[in-house]
Amino acid sequence: MTIATLEGRGLTRVLPGPVPTTLVAEVDTAFPPASFTAITGPSGSGKSSLLYLLGLLDLPTAGEVLVDGQPTSGLDDAARTATRLERFGFVFQFHFLLPEFSVLDNVMLPMRQLGRLRPEAMRARAMGLLDQLDMPEVAHKRPDALSGGQRQRTAVARALANDPQILLADEPTGSLDTRNAAAVFAILRALAREGRTVVAVTHDEALAATADRRIRLVDGRVVGGTAAG
Amino acid sequence: MIPLPLSIALAHLRSRKRQTLVSVLGVMLGVGVFISISGMMQGFQSYFLSQIVETNPHVVVTDEIRRAAPQPMQLLHPAAAVQISRILPRDPVRGIVGAGAMLDALAAMPGLSAAPTLRGQMILRRAGRDYAVTALGVDPVRELRVTSLERDMRQGSLAALGTRPDGVVIGSGLADKMGATLGDTLAVATTAGGESTLRVVGIFHTGLEQQDTGQVYVALARQQSMQGRPRVVNEIHVRLDDIGRSIPVAAMIEGRWGFKAAPWEETYARILSVFVLQNAIIFSTTGSILVVAGFGIFNIISTVVMEKARDIAIMRSVGMPRGGVVAIFVIEGLVVGVLGMVAGWLLGWGIAAVLRQVPSPGASDPSEKLRVVLSGFTFVLGSAIALASAVGAAWIPARKAARTDPLAIIRGAT
Repeated sequence: MTIATLEGRGLTRVLPGPVPTTLVAEVDTAFPPASFTAITGPSGSGKSSLLYLLGLLDLPTAGEVLVDGQPTSGLDDAARTATRLERFGFVFQFHFLLPEFSVLDNVMLPMRQLGRLRPEAMRARAMGLLDQLDMPEVAHKRPDALSGGQRQRTAVARALANDPQILLADEPTGSLDTRNAAAVFAILRALAREGRTVVAVTHDEALAATADRRIRLVDGRVVGGTAAG
Repeated sequence: MIPLPLSIALAHLRSRKRQTLVSVLGVMLGVGVFISISGMMQGFQSYFLSQIVETNPHVVVTDEIRRAAPQPMQLLHPAAAVQISRILPRDPVRGIVGAGAMLDALAAMPGLSAAPTLRGQMILRRAGRDYAVTALGVDPVRELRVTSLERDMRQGSLAALGTRPDGVVIGSGLADKMGATLGDTLAVATTAGGESTLRVVGIFHTGLEQQDTGQVYVALARQQSMQGRPRVVNEIHVRLDDIGRSIPVAAMIEGRWGFKAAPWEETYARILSVFVLQNAIIFSTTGSILVVAGFGIFNIISTVVMEKARDIAIMRSVGMPRGGVVAIFVIEGLVVGVLGMVAGWLLGWGIAAVLRQVPSPGASDPSEKLRVVLSGFTFVLGSAIALASAVGAAWIPARKAARTDPLAIIRGAT
């Protein structure tokens, strides 16, 4: 039996306050290698909150996140940060590219933080990723000179910089037109075919239908899902 | 490839060129003013000290005893609880006993010159007005070896006392007050009751008010005669080749002969303590400019932290540790501090160069300019305060940035 790359067991997240708000409630789910999963649901259903818990950006109130079968609840902030750097790639609805840096420098950012490659190797890998995403010509441009689709593809390239096994995308097509949204989803599908575990949150049911598998959330609970061929 | 925090820090500073420039100018101004004003103060102090030390003896032996001699009963029973009260002092010691032998012994020591003096009060009378002064009876040949008074002579000479037994050398301030000039005759009265006349054979100007208006020099024999103390010497002036030896030499003299021997550090302790206070005021005043410059740095980095909240969030989410975020903003403060510091060195040096062209107020020589001493210590201290201020100012917003919850910003953006 294949061990899931990423797994959530009984994940619950409650925001404290005078009236506690439950964002995610007792979610059990696993994401195997080479899979592309779309998390769908209405606005406020807890899709992004579940993704942040899975990506170790947030701490569950109850439950456990396992990465490669290893529990993560015992990790301190530094260890969680290091795990994110090495094992995860993130794409958000907004590209969050550093405006003072060129596209190439933005893509190299996680590699420089990890510091495992020599500068030439970092540059070559970043150029390779931009080439793979059909945008080598913009490598030396600033983000403000790019179209929305190009910025989001740059964010995908940055997410792949450290060659992570897991790619988490939070509404990656939320600010894109239909054509660019389809292109980004095609890229995510291709990355899953390469062997990565790809999880994308989307409210677009049509795009979600192109994923291998769907998880539907309502009020923080899994209410259904499908597994595409 | 430069480290990531440094390249992000530089990118932030480049993106806010005007604010960065203003902050750098603030630090530059602080460092420049700190260096130049401190240099001017040190120049003044070193000039003042050199005037005092050059003009006066390095060690003054007087006919005083620092501590009363123990009573015979105390010597007899050193371990006993002896209390002796109502001890009457003996007649005051009339001068330094055995001064001749002491002078001979001191003269035989290497790197040391000594001269006998009889200090006493006298009243000079001119045009119906009296002027109370301290008169030093000196052997002019020997005295010239222990002071640099000859250098400060405006008219006449100290050596003239050797050829004119009725001569007197007075200060410029006193000469101005009396309206006396070289060759004038002054009536003199002493506390011993003696009255005579003296002829002005020299006028000096040391720049030290007390000496220029209240001290005169006469020949030793004449002074002894006028004071009614023949063959008495109550001070021995000692000058050293190495001024740094004044304290041990004074201790040696006092230990050997028993008379009080005061090194110049003791004689001018009050002035030295004023200098310490003066330095504290100057350093704290000019140092506060650097602290104010730190507020400028705090301002720019706080603004950058607010503006770059999303960047911080994304860097944290992709795996930059909190320490990395702190490093970015502390480096920004450090870069502003270092640039301002280096520019401040140049500014301080420039201000010092200008100040050196300004005539020194009150100087005896009109061509004399302000003295500015730029010491390495001033540069180091000014730079240290500037950098500490810059890093401190950056540290506060940097810590705030590092504590930012990336999720709150990412959620807020979506």
